[in-house]
This record gives sequence, C-alpha cells and structure tokens, in this order.
Amino acid sequence: MPLPSFAPLLTAADLVVGYTAKKTPRPVAGPLQLHLWPGELVCLLGPNGAGKSTLLRTLAGLQPPLSGQLVMGGTALAALSAPERARQLSIVLTDRIDAGNLTVLELVRLGRHPHTGWLGGLSAHDEAQVQAALVATGTEAFAPRPVGELSDGERQKVLLARALAQDTPVVLLDEPTAHLDLPNRVALMRLLHGLARQTGKAILLSTHELDLALQAADRIWLLPAEGALRTGTPEDLVLSGSFAAAFAREGLAFDPATGTFALHAPTGPAVQLVGDGAAAFWTRRALEREGFVPTTALANLRVTAPHAAQPTWVSQAAGQPPQAHTTVEDLLQALKQLTVT
Amino acid sequence: MRPSQLLAAPPTPVAGSRRPAWLLALAGLVLLGFVLDIALGPVRIPVMAVIKILLGQAVDNSAWTFIVREIRLPKALTAVAVGSGLAVSGLQMQTLFRNPLAGPSVLGLTAGAGLGVAAVMLAGGSVANSFAIRALGVGGSWSLVLAATAGAALVMALVLALSARVRDNVVLLIVGLMIASVTGAIVSLWQYFSAPEQIQEYLLWTFGSLGGVVGSHLAVLATVVGVGLVLAFASAKPLNALLLGENYARSMGLVVGRSRTLIIASTSLLAGAITAFCGPIGFVGIAVPHLTRALLRTADHRLLLPGSCLAGAALTLACDCVTQLPGSQISLPLSVVTSLLGAPVVLWVVLRRQNIRSSLS
Repeated sequence: MPLPSFAPLLTAADLVVGYTAKKTPRPVAGPLQLHLWPGELVCLLGPNGAGKSTLLRTLAGLQPPLSGQLVMGGTALAALSAPERARQLSIVLTDRIDAGNLTVLELVRLGRHPHTGWLGGLSAHDEAQVQAALVATGTEAFAPRPVGELSDGERQKVLLARALAQDTPVVLLDEPTAHLDLPNRVALMRLLHGLARQTGKAILLSTHELDLALQAADRIWLLPAEGALRTGTPEDLVLSGSFAAAFAREGLAFDPATGTFALHAPTGPAVQLVGDGAAAFWTRRALEREGFVPTTALANLRVTAPHAAQPTWVSQAAGQPPQAHTTVEDLLQALKQLTVT
Repeated sequence: MRPSQLLAAPPTPVAGSRRPAWLLALAGLVLLGFVLDIALGPVRIPVMAVIKILLGQAVDNSAWTFIVREIRLPKALTAVAVGSGLAVSGLQMQTLFRNPLAGPSVLGLTAGAGLGVAAVMLAGGSVANSFAIRALGVGGSWSLVLAATAGAALVMALVLALSARVRDNVVLLIVGLMIASVTGAIVSLWQYFSAPEQIQEYLLWTFGSLGGVVGSHLAVLATVVGVGLVLAFASAKPLNALLLGENYARSMGLVVGRSRTLIIASTSLLAGAITAFCGPIGFVGIAVPHLTRALLRTADHRLLLPGSCLAGAALTLACDCVTQLPGSQISLPLSVVTSLLGAPVVLWVVLRRQNIRSSLS
C-alpha cells in the first residue's frame, strides 16, 4: 500500500460506467472502487469489450457515470466546471487528428487551452510549459513540422506532449501503444514510467500489451469481461493467480514462471530439458513451439542445452546414442525424426 | 488578385514570420479591389478621381461624385460585407463539422432564404412585382429581404434546436443537407405550378447581385454582418480547440454545446442576412477558407479568421470587377463569376498541394 501521507488524486466509489440507450442504462463495468495515486504508472488491462475505453472516458468527464461517485483532488468531479476539470485531468484519445495544417508546436500549444484567456494568447509561462512538454517527450526537434507528416510513433509522442502541456496532475491515455511497432511501444512505456516518477503525475493508460504492462506498470487495474476489477502491483496479481484467471476465459494460458502467455498448445511428448541460462530458455521456447512439453523430470526424450563445457545441443532418446547439434534448427529436426520413428 | 504568384513560394518551410506580411498583402488587395470596383462600370471613372471622391475632396465632374457616393460605394461596401461574411461563415462550418466540403449553404440556411423569397415571389407575385425589382435592383425590395431573413431564421431556429439534442456534428451536417433538400424540393414544386414570368423573377434573385443594397438596407446588412463577425472572432479559441475534434475539445475544458450554439448563430446571421440581401452567392464560403489556409499555412483561427475576412472581401471585389465586363454595358451575374473564376483556382491550389488533407482543416 502507498504511504498514508499521500492522498489519492482520483477516487472512484461504487462507480458504474456504461451508456444510456433509449432511457435504459446499459452498464458496461462496475461497481468499481478505484484510487489513483501520485507518481504512479497504472496500466488498465482487460479483454476487448470489458469497458476500458468507457471507464477512461468516464474518468475524463467525457461521459457521465451511470452511478457512483468520482472525486478529483477532494472535489466531486461533477461539481467542477469544464475548465477546472481540464486543469486537473488531461487525456490522449484514440480519435484521429485531421488537422493537416496544424504544426506540432501549434498542437502542443492547444494543450494550454484551459489556462489561457478568452482569446487564447500564450504567456511566457505558457510557452515555457509547452517547451517543457516538447523536451520531456523528445519532440522539440519536429516542432515546426505539420502533424499530418508525422509517423505513428511520433504522433503518439506529440499527443502526449499536448497532454503534458495541459499541466494536469492526472494524465489518461487510451491505448497509446496501438499502431506502434515494438521499439516505439517500449520507448513510450519507458517514457511514461519515467514521467510518472519525475513529475509525480498519476498516469493511467489502457493497453493490450500485457508483457509490457507487467514490466512497466507500478500498478495494474485488471478489468475482466465478467467479474470484479482487481488492482495491485503486477507481481502480486501474477503470484496470487488473478492475472492468469482474468485471461483464462480468453483461452490464454499465462505461465507465472516466465511471465508470458503460452502461444502454443502442447501436442507432443514430454522432453527432459537439462541446462540453465539463456540457451536453456530459448531452447525451451523452441520446444514449446514444436508442441513438446519441456520438463525437468525424467522423460523418454532428453535435450541438454549448450554450456561452458559443451558448445552444442545434445539430444538423446531412451536406449539410443546421443546426437550433437550445432543449432536449434538441427536439434528440432533430429527430435522430429526421433518422434516419427 | 493573383493567387498563382502568391502561392509560388516553396511549400516546405513553415513561414511563421511571413504571416503578418500575408495579412498586410491581403489588406492591400482589398483596398486595390475596392478602388477598382468603384472605378469600373458602364461609366469609367479615373482611379485618382475615385480616391479624391472617397477622401471627400471635390472633383470637376459632379456626376462622378453622385455615381460613386450613391451607387458604387454602397455596392463596394456590400461586396466587402458579403465576401468577408461568407468566407468567415464557411471557415467556421468547416472547422465545426471537420469537413472540407462544409460551407454556409450546408446547414440549409441558403435554402431557407431561397424558400422565403420563393414564397413571396411565386405565391403572391403582386407584393414583389417585377417593377419593384427592376427599379430598385434585385435586393431592393424589403418584402424579399424580410421573407428571405424569415426563411433563413426559421431554418436556423430548427438547426439550433436540433443541435442542442444531437451531440454528433456529422449527424447535424446530414440534418442540414436534408433540410436544404426539402426546402429545395418545395421551391421546385412551387416553380412547377407557377407562371413563367414569376419564375423568371425568382431566377433573377438566384443569380445573386450586389447592387440595390443602399441606404437603410446597407445599414442593416452591415450591422448584422458586423455582429456575426464579432461572434465569429469571439469563437477563435473554441474553434482552435475544435480542430482536434469534440472529445479533445471537451477534455481541454471547452463547453462544446455552448460554443457550437455560438458558432451556428454566427454562421446563420452571416449567411442568412447576406443571402437575403444579395441572393445565393456560391463558392466564396467554401473556397476562401481553403485559399486562406494554403496562403497562411496555419490552422490557428486567430490568423485564419482575419485572413478569411480579407481574402473573402478581396475575392468578391475582384469578381465584381469582372462582372462589369470592360468595354461593355452588360454586367454578368455575380454568382456565375465567383464560380467560374474561383473553382479553377481552388482546384489548382488543392492539386498543387498534392496532399489534399493538408489543405483542408
């Protein structure tokens, strides 16, 4: 638990989120009890349709909650005026930006909207905040470029810069890692984690990147399609089995030992895997991909991963001579031969 | 007005520091067009004489003074009001609906004004008889102006009431198009059952004209356009926030409903009043915002609003100069000239930019 001296920036009590269609409330998720603490990176995980976007939109005040309370820094969210709320909370949405003539600098300056006067003129303080947001996201180099010419990764950083320029204690991001390639996803998560630590902001993002979330998040909100929301540090959720349970319905098998989801269902025989370190880890992955069940117990098939005294893979079927292989590819080839015969 | 020269600058660097220079150049074009528009016509008046008369100095030819003061100055002022008003209302519509094809006519305002005019001309025929129209010019009849304003106001009230209930701007856009379609159909039906000479009068109105807006008419038009422009300039900050879409605007503290009401009210006043007095003048409202964006290379409405004002006024003055057909007594219908001259210019600008998106919003 966080230190008691911290007050949560955002608190939700018995929050039910959803839509009202034809005057009938259609709850999507809830009732939820949530706390967002300063300086924390929180990842909201859950399958499609669990209500991640709806929850974020409700927290941001873009749609009203069906029931329950939302308290923002000691004040009920509903009691805040629109500009007051915009000074407390900013959001990066998945909405497309169709403003080709808008430059990066102009876009980030828009973030100062709730702080400026009726004409929207920027003071020296506003400009300083804009510059700080550009520097923090590493986007100052493309400030003069039109937004329409940016790559997906660049645009996501620029949109984050706009939210940072809004200078709010709470920042929400709806699936910021979608459409990004792996290096950009990792870079963005690293950036968000660093920002939360350095600025004391609470950063909440929804994502489908389970692996990345497990590594980067200080806390995870696990929103299953059915059942109650679970919150906690990634490690607690993994060790208690909540994480595996939340995705079990999706047909995903989570392995707490490796922190990964099994991609391949086992179909073949058990293989005793001897060895440790990186070579054993990747050998295990290769065996799983081919449908074998790697185990440390005795089995009819045995594979020894390379180590200091032995530079090759060695495979051996019961009652047959051992074979040496210089690559995993050769090893898999030999194992297939052994299982066929 | 030679946009081809103005746009010849290399497209890549953002010429932020040159933007005030563009605004000054546009203002210069407006002044030039203003003087030329007064000088040209069936009676050619030397430019120096025009400037003298405008500055209140005496000139030898008293007929010139009369023509300038009583006919051409009001017409040029009307051109400025029409051009800036239509351009600004078009800019607001394009940003509000995030649609490059939006213009003052999309909300059905022009169609509503047309319905009002058709009601007077085709149903009665006696109120706005052909004598009144020929004697005072097409916009010269109060009954027409009132009917057109009433028609536009009716549609505006309908759209405002709907906009309070409909959250989605695209839905509102479709509603506007449907209203325009229905009113257009009613007018067509009316024409079908009307006598040919009545239809002719209505057709005359649809050609658009800047003439005949004099005296109290001009005062009313200027006041309404002035109020509309003030409302538009007050919406500069909300319009900027709306560039990113309604959700982002809301998340940045904009009360979207209130801003939208303000923007629609401004557009309705501008488009309704101008259509009532001068007839439906096409092209200016949809094209000038695109030209201004291409020229200033910005999406900031604090620059685009004054830029569109000036560009709209300059373009309308230039088109009105062309309607005078040098060396001839004939003057062409204004809406024909604006479309004939303007559409190729916009096509050229959009195609030249290669990336159509970048010239839109």
